[in-house]
Parts: sequence; C-alpha cells; structure tokens
Amino acid sequence: MTRKHRRLILVLACGAGLGSAVALTLSAFRDSVAFFVSPSEIAAKAPPAGRSFRLGGLVEAGSLHRTMDGARPAATFEVTDGHATVSVHYIGILPDLFREGQGVVALGTIAPDGSFRANEVLAKHDEAYMPKEVADALKKSGHWNPAAGPPPPAATWNDMTVTGAKQAKAGG
Amino acid sequence: MDARTALAPPAKSPVPGGRNLHRFANPGRFLRLSGKVLPWFSAAGLVLTLIGLGWGLFFAPADWQQGDAVRIMYVHVPFAWLASAGYVGLALCSLASLVWRHPLADLAAQEIGPVGAGATALCLATGSLWGKPMWGAWWVWDARLTSVLVLFFLYLGHVALVRAFDDPARGARAGAILALVGAVDLPIIKFSVNWWNTLHQPATITLTGAPTMYLGMLWPLFIAALGLTLGFVAVILARTRAAVMERRIRALLLAQAQREQVLPRQVGA
Repeated sequence: MTRKHRRLILVLACGAGLGSAVALTLSAFRDSVAFFVSPSEIAAKAPPAGRSFRLGGLVEAGSLHRTMDGARPAATFEVTDGHATVSVHYIGILPDLFREGQGVVALGTIAPDGSFRANEVLAKHDEAYMPKEVADALKKSGHWNPAAGPPPPAATWNDMTVTGAKQAKAGG
Repeated sequence: MDARTALAPPAKSPVPGGRNLHRFANPGRFLRLSGKVLPWFSAAGLVLTLIGLGWGLFFAPADWQQGDAVRIMYVHVPFAWLASAGYVGLALCSLASLVWRHPLADLAAQEIGPVGAGATALCLATGSLWGKPMWGAWWVWDARLTSVLVLFFLYLGHVALVRAFDDPARGARAGAILALVGAVDLPIIKFSVNWWNTLHQPATITLTGAPTMYLGMLWPLFIAALGLTLGFVAVILARTRAAVMERRIRALLLAQAQREQVLPRQVGA
C-alpha cells in the first residue's frame, strides 16, 4: 500500500464518518428543521395555545371568504393536507399568488376555539411552470382544476404549443 | 544550482494510475491546453448566455400565475446550479490535493473559491428578489435557503483560509480539509426540499420524470445555463492560468535573488 492509497483511504474514512454524523444529527433534529407543520400533525399533537408556529398546506377549494376588518382586508380560509383541515383567520394583505388550491405557509397561533390566527401568510408555489394559454387549455378541457390540486403529469402538457393551446381553447 | 533543480519538472510517479493523472496536472501542459480552449469557452459562453437570456427575458411566455416575475428564473436557476457544481469542483480539487498532492489542484481550488462565492451570492440575491413578490418574503429560514447560505459561508471561509498562511502549501492543505468537510452540505442542499417541509418548491427538472416546465421556457433556461457554465469555467481557467504564471514568476525572481546573493559572496571570497 502506497502513501497515496493510505491518504485516499484516510480521506474516505473521514468522509464516511462525517457524513453519518451529519445524517444522524439531521434526523434527530428533523422536527426543528421542518419549516412548517401540516394540519394532520396538529390534529395528532396540538401545539400549546399561544405558542407561535408555522402551519402549511393547501387552501381548500371554496373555503376562501374575504371580508373587511375596519379599513384592512381580512380573510378566512381552510388549510388542508388531504387528511385534516385547520380554519385560518388573517387580517392583512394576502400575497399575489394566494388562491384556492395554492400551497400556503401561515405564521401564527392556535386560538382557544381551535382556529388558527395568522400574523403572516406566505404563498408557496409549486414546481410547475406553464404559460397562461396552456393553463387555460388544461382548465377548459377539464384536465385540471387549479383550485382542486396540482397540475396533471408534465408529459401531457409541457410540449403543448402556445398556438395549439389557443386553438384547443377556441375550438373546445 | 539548487534553485534551478527546484524549477525542473517533478520526477515521474512510479504508480501507473498516478502517472495518468499527473499527465493532466503538469502545469506547462495545463497552460498550453487552457490557452487553446479559453477563447472558445469565453466566446461560446458569451454568445449562448446572450441567446438564452434574450430568449428567456424577452420572448419566452410568462407563467400563468407568476406573470413576468418568472423570468428571474433564467438567472437564478443557472447560478444555483453553478453554486453547487462549483463546490463539487472545489471538493474534487481538494481531494486531488490531499491524496495526490497536485500543485495544480491547489491553485485551481484557490481560484474556484471566489468565483463560486460570486455565483452563490447571485443565486441568493436573485432568489430574494424573486421571493418577495411571489412568496411575500425576502428571506425565510427554511432548509433550502439556509443550506445555500451555509454554502456561501463555506466558500467565503475557503477563500479566507487558503490565503491566511505565509506558506501557500499549508494554506492549501487547510483549505482542502475545509472544502471536503463542507461537501456534506451539497446533498443537504439537493435533497432539502424532499426531506423536509420547505417554502422553496421541489425540483422542476429531475432525472426520473418529465420536467414540469413548458418546453418553450425550458429551452432558454438550458441555453442560458450552458452559456453561464462555459463562462464560469472560462473565468476559473483564466484565473488559474494567472495563478500558475504568478507562481512561476515568483520562483524565477526567487532564483534570481538567490543567484545574486550567492555570486557577490563568491567573488568577495
């Protein structure tokens, strides 16, 4: 065994040790690394009242009600992860991407009645990027309802042409 | 005489695999090869970047919900890829430096540092500009954003550490160890969006599935990314060439100074 081999093995061994140490640490701190908790996690183990945390999930279709709180806009909506639902109340301006079916992350506390009082609402956008024409064509043809969930598999739409989508929309 | 032997090429390695690697680590060969490819890389990088960014910023369609703000992607995503890819390069150079003691790997690592830090800074800045209008926040402490910030600090730490010693060999050694330890951040960056809840969305382009991006947006992104990558490589090659030449000049000046110091004494004696 030459010195080069010895050094290579030493570096690889250090790397393996360091890698497993970091992996163990990260899995131990799994909960604190998570940016938000989901409604079903709250249903399973409710955080103490008055403690601020982040709630994440999809805005349920048909649940958004916009009102006015004095001069400021207010909104009530349900956040769901498919299994559990939490009602959220927020006073302030919602981000531009906010809509039904969109992922959101809200920072706030659980009120005594079990609803969530948000101080801040962030919109989480998904990993799909499509022009308006393609989105309209998918909606028109009934392949996708953005309020109900994520878009259909990418292979069905990512090579659609904008002019083709326009024609499909006009024809359909 | 001693100074001249120090300038002579190092003795050939007796290990066959080592000899193969040393063929590319020869600084003279590196200067010749890189000198030939550098103008091509620079020109192709510039042209492809202009085509990709021009296409993406002015002709590609806007996103159905993000509108024109989606165009930040054509700058943000290539720099995010380069930030990670640059660090992979840095870690490989560090491995070559620690195990095979390549002097050229030391110089390349030293020059990748500032360029990678620049790419990471641009990735963070464009991401922040994109996050405010879309998410509603300039910055959040989610796993993806935090791990990229850690990558930026790793680059800065490497830049400072390799230049902190009077003896460049010791600086290179310390920097190589830091770079290899920091490489543990790379899988964390890549998989942070899958392992944990994050505000940042998961990957659009994956090895396993169709890219969830309209192809008319994907092409300009790929062209811009290819152009910026060629530019990134060209900058690193140019910097490494300059570092090799600097080191040669220093060695020549040192040899000359030694000769001048030795000769008068011999004459006087």
